Amino acid sequence: MEISSFVLFWAAIFTSNILLTNFLGMCSYLSVSKEVESSFGLGMAVFFVLTVTSALNWIVYHKVLVPLGLVYLQFVFFIIVIAAFVQLLELVVERYAPALYYTLGIFLPLITVNCAIFGVSLFLIIRKYSFIQSIAFGAGSGVGWLVAILMLAGIRNRMKEKFVPAGLQGAGIALIITGIMALAFIGFSGIVNVQ
Amino acid sequence: MTKKEIFLVSAFKENSVIRQILGICSSLAVTNLMMNSLIMGLGVIFSVSLANLTISYIRNWTPRSVRMMVQTLIIAAYVIIVDIFLKANMPDISKQLGPYVGLIITNCILMGRAEAFAAKNKPIDSFIDGLGAGVGYTIVLLLIASIRELFGFGTLFGISIMGSWWTKWSIMVMAPSAFFILAILVWIINNRYYSSKA
Repeated sequence: MEISSFVLFWAAIFTSNILLTNFLGMCSYLSVSKEVESSFGLGMAVFFVLTVTSALNWIVYHKVLVPLGLVYLQFVFFIIVIAAFVQLLELVVERYAPALYYTLGIFLPLITVNCAIFGVSLFLIIRKYSFIQSIAFGAGSGVGWLVAILMLAGIRNRMKEKFVPAGLQGAGIALIITGIMALAFIGFSGIVNVQ
Repeated sequence: MTKKEIFLVSAFKENSVIRQILGICSSLAVTNLMMNSLIMGLGVIFSVSLANLTISYIRNWTPRSVRMMVQTLIIAAYVIIVDIFLKANMPDISKQLGPYVGLIITNCILMGRAEAFAAKNKPIDSFIDGLGAGVGYTIVLLLIASIRELFGFGTLFGISIMGSWWTKWSIMVMAPSAFFILAILVWIINNRYYSSKA
């Protein structure tokens, strides 16, 4: 892959947004996006964890699993790395930044089962990114996820007073909004292509 | 509840995708082709039913504090089996599904069934509940895929249905259509069957 890390970072936000084109991280995206403030908290947590775990998982895969011939166990190792890192982060944040813990803390357990984190780790192995590219891709995907959840939360906030057909209330209308957002993001797709 | 009721409730009445909007992370991504959806569905049926069975067998020996990790590792073990099987026997489909096979591990349906059912019920009942959840998921996947593949490629399971005059709707192959079709499906089913609750 000769694509530069800088381009990859922006591409991960706009042209191949982790949520709007790859559908990753939908579960927490739909359930948390009712308030802008909590969406921002979860989005920031996802961004941070995604950046660090993509670096960690790159190291685990290329420096540990490949030399040992344990590639077929990658799923288990990635999940453990992610869960352990989230747990560690929770302890550190609680100890040294209690104020931050109260805003981000409740979202940290949600992140372990967020498909976006695990999905990005799998993508960077499949697409054979280098170490720097992996960090750029992870950070870009995190920002992209943050942007998407903030947009949905903002729109849902405005829709509170509006009429929504009974069968579509809740998740249904959120899916439609996301569909329109995804349609808008297709407008970016010609700029750069990463697959 | 009888075994049949457990199956029907978890497959249709409490369908994870439609009723609880769980597990759509992966269900939207693979639905542009019927074949991919079917393989993905079978993979989920296999892993959710067997993971439920295993988790239920060891439910009395699992300490509460680490049960999430134990459940995740059990699920991961079955997903690895699915992944290796696909790589060996269907390399093309394995390549197309890409990371989404591995993503079965973080599929909320599996964790949800493990936590909500297998951690509290007998092994055989849990197995049937998992089977139901998997079948319900597969049916929704195939419904979405049939619409997307028919309009997007003019085919079903790769067999031409619409004939050569059909102009392919490229929007159906792209991401937004998956969101719209699932939303419409949720809307129709909520109105038709659950109108008293909705």
